[in-house]
Parts: sequence; C-alpha cells; structure tokens
Amino acid sequence: MSTEASQGREPLLEVTDLVVEYPAKGIGRKPFRALKGVSVDVMPGECVGLVGESGSGKTTLGRAVLGLAPVTDGSVRFKGREIGQLNRRERRSLSDSIQVVFQDPYTSLNPSLTIEQTLTEPLRVKNIPAAEASARVRTLLDQVGLPANAAQRLPREFSGGQRQRIAIARALALEPELIVCDEPVSALDLSTQARVLELFKDIQEATGVAYLFVSHDLAVVRHLSHRVAVMYHGEIVEYGDGDKVTSDPEHPYTQRLLMAAPVADPVRQAQRRADRARMIEAQREADLQAGAA
Amino acid sequence: MSDSANVSLKTAEAASHRTHLLKRMLKNPTGLVSIIILAVIILAATFAGVLATHDPNYADLRNLLQPPGGEFILGTDGAGHDIWSRLLYASRFSLLGAALATVISAVLGVTSGLIAGFYGKWFESLAAWTTSLLMALPGIVVLLAARSVLGPSMWIAMTVFGVLLTPAFYRLTHAAVVGVRNELYVDAARVAGVKDLSIIGRHILSVVRAPVIIQSAIVAIIAIAIQAGLGFIGMLDQSTPNWGSMLNDAFSKMYVAPIQLLWPSAAIALTAVGLALFANTLRDELERSAKPKKLKGKAKAAADAAIDTSGDAPIVHPETDALEAPVLLDVSGLVVGYDQPDGSLTQVVNGVSLAVRKGEVHGLIGESGSGKTQTAFSILGLLPEGGRVAAGSIVFDGDQLTDKSAKAMRKLQGRRISYVPQEPMSNLDPSFPIGSQLVEPMRVTLGISAKEAKERALDLLAKVGLPDPEKTFRSYPHEVSGGQAQRVLIAGAISCEPDLIIADEPTTALDVTVQADILDLLRGLQQELGVAVLIVTHNFGVVADLCDRVSVMKGGRIVETGPARSIFAGPQHPYTQSLFDAILEDGAARGALAHSSDRHTATGGAQ
Repeated sequence: MSTEASQGREPLLEVTDLVVEYPAKGIGRKPFRALKGVSVDVMPGECVGLVGESGSGKTTLGRAVLGLAPVTDGSVRFKGREIGQLNRRERRSLSDSIQVVFQDPYTSLNPSLTIEQTLTEPLRVKNIPAAEASARVRTLLDQVGLPANAAQRLPREFSGGQRQRIAIARALALEPELIVCDEPVSALDLSTQARVLELFKDIQEATGVAYLFVSHDLAVVRHLSHRVAVMYHGEIVEYGDGDKVTSDPEHPYTQRLLMAAPVADPVRQAQRRADRARMIEAQREADLQAGAA
Repeated sequence: MSDSANVSLKTAEAASHRTHLLKRMLKNPTGLVSIIILAVIILAATFAGVLATHDPNYADLRNLLQPPGGEFILGTDGAGHDIWSRLLYASRFSLLGAALATVISAVLGVTSGLIAGFYGKWFESLAAWTTSLLMALPGIVVLLAARSVLGPSMWIAMTVFGVLLTPAFYRLTHAAVVGVRNELYVDAARVAGVKDLSIIGRHILSVVRAPVIIQSAIVAIIAIAIQAGLGFIGMLDQSTPNWGSMLNDAFSKMYVAPIQLLWPSAAIALTAVGLALFANTLRDELERSAKPKKLKGKAKAAADAAIDTSGDAPIVHPETDALEAPVLLDVSGLVVGYDQPDGSLTQVVNGVSLAVRKGEVHGLIGESGSGKTQTAFSILGLLPEGGRVAAGSIVFDGDQLTDKSAKAMRKLQGRRISYVPQEPMSNLDPSFPIGSQLVEPMRVTLGISAKEAKERALDLLAKVGLPDPEKTFRSYPHEVSGGQAQRVLIAGAISCEPDLIIADEPTTALDVTVQADILDLLRGLQQELGVAVLIVTHNFGVVADLCDRVSVMKGGRIVETGPARSIFAGPQHPYTQSLFDAILEDGAARGALAHSSDRHTATGGAQ
C-alpha cells in the first residue's frame, strides 16, 4: 500500500491486517468486530488522514495504535518494533514516541489540575527536574500560541480552541515522532478550526512529527493530509494520495461521502445536490445489476 | 477574536473557586457550628486524662447515686463511679470504636472500589458479589454471633461492623471511578506513560475524596448508634467505659436518678448531630453554585434600564425578488439576558431584528456564543432557567409573544410553531415506544382519537422516508439510528401542520451522508407544505443548501442579513468574510509528502 513518497524509506508506523474485537456483554455472544483487517502506514513527518463516518472504526484504529484498544489479530509496528500486544509497563516506555490529541477539549483535560500540572505530567514520568519542566512548559505554551501566564490557570478558564492548544502542547511535551489526532478540530468553531489546523501544519513543518489524523470531515483531512485512507464498516475502502482521494475518488462510498458534504454556495450546491441524486441512483442500479448477476 | 487572547479576564472568578474547601466550611455558619461541636467532643476525649477528676473505674461505694455538684461534677452512678470522669473516658472509647469501624470500612471499601472501578474484569464481579452478600447479612445478628465466638470486646465488635459497612464505601467509590475511568484525560495520562498508581492518585482519588469524607461522617454516626445499642443491651465489655454501657447503667436506675440518662444520651446526640451537620454542609459547599435570583420590581427595572443595544446596524442586502409573501414572524430589538445574583443582567442577545416570511427558509448562522440558539429559544418561549426576554418584541402572525403566559404559549407550541432539536436521541424518551411519543401530542393538540392519531402517525412516518413505518412505530428510541430518530422528530414537528418550524442545528449531530438525506427531506417537506422554517446552524453548506434568506450573528447581534444568493455572492461585513475564508471545502489539498531534505520548500508551495 505504499506510495511513491515512501520509496526507499522505512515507515514510522506500519499497521498490517489489524483486527480489533470488543467482547460482547453476556456469555456465548459474538464479539463486536470494530476493525476487520486494516492496513495503513505512516512515514516520518507525514500526515495520514483517516476519514469515515461514525461506526467506521477510524477512532478504534487510532486507539489501537495508542494501546487503548485490544488488538485481536494483525500487527502494529512502530519503527520496526511490534507494539500491538505490549503490556502496560512496556507501553509506558513508548510515551516519548507516540502521543495523542483527543476530540473533546472539555473532557481531555482534568478540570482540577492547572495547565502547568497537566503539561508537566508526562515530564515528571521521565524524571525531568522541576525547574527544567517548568521552563519546558513555557516553551510549549509559546509553541502553541498561548501566553506564558496560562500555566497557573485551570482548564475552565479557556475556550474550546485554547483547550485544544493545551492538549496539543501536552502531546508535544515529550517531543514524540507520531501524534494520533482523534477528531481534534470537530468540536471547534469554523474560524477556530481553521487556526488550529494551521497550528498542526506549522508544528509538523517545524518539528517533523508525523500525524495519524482521524476525522469525519473530508475537507479537514484534505487540508492537512499527505495521504488519506477512507474507512467504512471497519475496513479501508480507499487509500492513497490525499488530493486524489478527496477530489476524484474511485470507491462508491468515498464518492457518496464527497457528494454528501454541502458546498457553501447556493448555486453550486444545487448542482451538487442534483449530481448526488444522479450518482445515488446510478449506484443503486449498479447494485441491483450486481445482485441480479 | 483570537482564541489565544482574552485569557486574563477570568482570573478573579477562578481564584474564588480555588479557595480551600475548609475555609468555605468555616465561613458557613452551620459548618462552623458542626466543626466546633466535633472539636469540643474530640478534645474532651483526647484530654480525658487531664479533665477527669477520678479514675473512671474507681467505684466509691460510700457515694452511690450522688446528685450532680460538689466533688462529683455530674454525680455518681449506681456503682459509685464518677459520672463526669466516666463520660470523658467513655467518649474516648466510643469515638475510637466508631473511628475504627469507619477506617476499616473506608480503607477496605475505597481500595476495592478503586481497583474494581479502574481495572474491572474478574475483581469487579467478585467485589460486586461480596458487596451484595455483605449487604444481605443482618448486621445485629452477625455482631451478636461474633460476640459469642470472639468475646465481648468492643474493638472486635467495631472491626466486624466496619467490615459489614464496607459496601457503603465500595459502591460510592466504584460509581465515581466508573464515571471517570473513561474520561479522555485518563486516557491521555496513560498515553503520557503515567503509572496506574499515579493515575489513580492524581486523577481518580481526587474525584472521590470529598464524597468519601461525607460518607465517613455518616458511617461514623451509624457506628456510634450501633455501638450504643450493643452497650445498652449489655453486650459489650464493661471494663472499657462507653456511652452504651453508661446508658444501660443509667437505665437500671431510671426511677431513682433519671438525670443520669441525660449525660450519655447528650453525648451520643451531640456527636451524631455534629457529624450529620458536618456532612450536610460539606455536601452543600461542594455542590454550591450561585443560582440566579429572579429579579422583581425595582431591581428588574434597574437591570432593564442598563440594557445596552448599541452597536452597528446590520448590513442589509437589497431584495432581489419582489416580496410577495407576508411576514409571519417579526422579531424586533430582541434582548435576551440572564439575571445575575448581583442584580445585573448578562445580555446574550443584544437587539436582534429579523423577519421570516410565510413559506420561506431563513438561516440564522453564527459561531458558538453568538446568541443564535438563544434567539431561537426565546421565540419558542423555551429559554433556560434564569433567562428572559428583557426588551424587544416577537410578533408571530400578528400576535405579540413576549407578554403571553406560559399557558398561552403552549397553545402555539406544537400547533403553530414546532421545533426540531439538535440531538435527536436525547429528545426522545427512552422508556416509551416511538409511536406513543407521536400519538400523544397529536391527541392533545388536535383533539383526535387514539386510532386516528395512530393512522396519522403511520402516514407521517412514511412521509419522512422511514422504510417500515409500522416497525418504527413500535420501536423504542434505542432501536433506531440517529438519522431515523431525526426523521421521527421531523414527523413530530410537522404532525400538527405548523406555520413555522424552528430547527436548531438539525443535522449537526448526524453523519455527513445522513445529513444530506435529512436536508433533502427538509427541503422536500418545506416545499410540499409551504411551511416557514427558521434554521439555526453554524454550517454554511447547510445554509447554501436550504435557505432563501440568511442572517449572520456575532456577539448577540445580526451583522449582515439578506437573500442567501446575494450574501454568498458578495459578503460585505468583515466578520462574514472571515467566516467564508475559514471554509475549507474546495481549498487546496496538502499534496504528497516530499522528502525531508526538500520538505520546507515543497509543502510551503502546496498551501
């Protein structure tokens, strides 16, 4: 599944035939299969977008990479090392390599800890001295565009966009090589979203960190991703160059996804609406013929 | 409007939240009284050796049943013990006994609750079984059985009782931990490499700390009561004086020296009252939030006089088509505010004027905090607690809505104005089938029979594109998807043939492909029924898809309004322009990753 960008280089993250099953409640019931054999790879410094609708498994894939979802089968390799089945202790050693920014900026920060306490938490784990840690906090806040005096405040004093900047700062604290971003801008307002996306881009260009960027929004993924994977019902249905997948998709589902997003222009939206109706009709006929054959 | 500015404003407010809980307890009169009572009792028990005038077990056979006063401050009991001294030592032993029971149950309960809540799995099942078993055991019988096997020691009785009370702490802790164990900040701490014990200590224990203190006070009261009961029926060792055995002693001399019953009873009652007041005040302080008072008379007038509707007038785009339809809803100078405890009014809508014509779709667009939803809710007469229309008028079909009673508003709601909410799932009652939730409102508002209403409901469900109306009618809300639930709510909204539908972000919670279907449905129904729609949204795509007319809101004001095509073709207000600039659709893609050596130039060019 590698593209021309990956030729001659080792991928940073390589997920192969990943299966994730959640045990069902009750004895003898079939477990729920959230991922049905998914393969994806991320190169150093690259942003790979994972796009799909609710229940497509995109968040589960991100959580499996983070060690927060049970890997039933397949492999997750980070710099050649298998990390799918690590125990908690082994997993902790990966904290300076893989980090996360979650969707909801309201529940991803502990409401009773100050920003400094939140940001120094990963540093304390690595036994970094207190003075050095608070200097690092100031650098991090500066890096995400927040004033230094934000350190002594509590999360509730910040808006959604500012909280997401704090979450990004926490992810950057240990200078990781990969950040899993789980819908990091979908809870934000339009104009805030655009600025936070620019921040993601700037940080990537400055530090060379790679992103596995999960979103339901094709436009957001297109804006930030070098390559895009489209997920549907626990499988990747289309995977390739970001521009190609998000503007001229091949898979019928990606086509439906693209056509479903309304355009911010009444004239062109009327056109898209008609196109969408035609496309759905054509796909239905194709399905019927496939069923009849 | 940079999201990184504006941080310094809220410092004062936050500082007051951070004041220590103990300080707040001391400031609260009830809290202060409870702390003083408990402190006096604990000090008396601690310094019993200093305060006592006699050996508590020294029986002066020459001075039986002495009245209070003189050498014996509270008199002597039937065996010649000095009651004052004995009461002090009894307090010491009773409190220590209660503390023993509380500590044992708290340590066992909180520890097992934390482990079961955080790790789950087999330990959780085991703990749940054990808890249920302990709760099913009759406490007094177990205590009496333990006495006959292990002896009459109060310490043993209190240890056994502590174990019996473990479920109280286990359940509390377990519930609190389950509530936070899936919080994203706990996940983030895991990813940050924080050890489980640190996560429990830092992120989870802090959540249960205050409830555990409250629970401890309650458990201590129960322990004291049980202990006094056991002592009273003579089941405890007489060599360690305690309140219960003193009661027992006094009870036997009740007709000779009734006043002796007073001292141990008073000690028990005071301690229990102190603990109960302490627990209650602590809970109140934890839950305290400044509730807005409803302003009346002068205060209201003063707040209203300070209403500020200044600001630039909105940019109005000229009408492109001739205006044929009459105005259905006319909002003018609307101010919505929330009364504050200090008597001021926090304005969230600052003088909004908008008109919705018959059969037209009007989009109200803005970001969070712009006041768009507050405007919609004030038209529906559904402002949250503390909110009110402070100025302006809302005229619906010639009727002034702002001074209508709640009862008169209910006649309009559902019948002439209906509502489609943002979260379809939370707007359906999970305990009733979908059908009954459609039928009931129709029976009330249209006055038709149950049979007629059911037929109508089935027609409506078919009309909103549900493939199997009969099945959906019988289904419970959890059995349908979010998109189907929204279709059901739209069916409900059109069930009484309203003139105006107010839709608050009707597609925001839905997947994009489902959103497209719902937009198609809304457009189809709107054209078929000729109903006017006021749609609140933050999505320009939704507006472009549905709306004839748009009003852009910012900071409680409309900054730009006019026909949709005209605004999309040429937004004039800088804020509207900035919103259009933030739209990512049709923007340039990032392109493929260049090699790291030339990354800077390549990605720079791709933007």
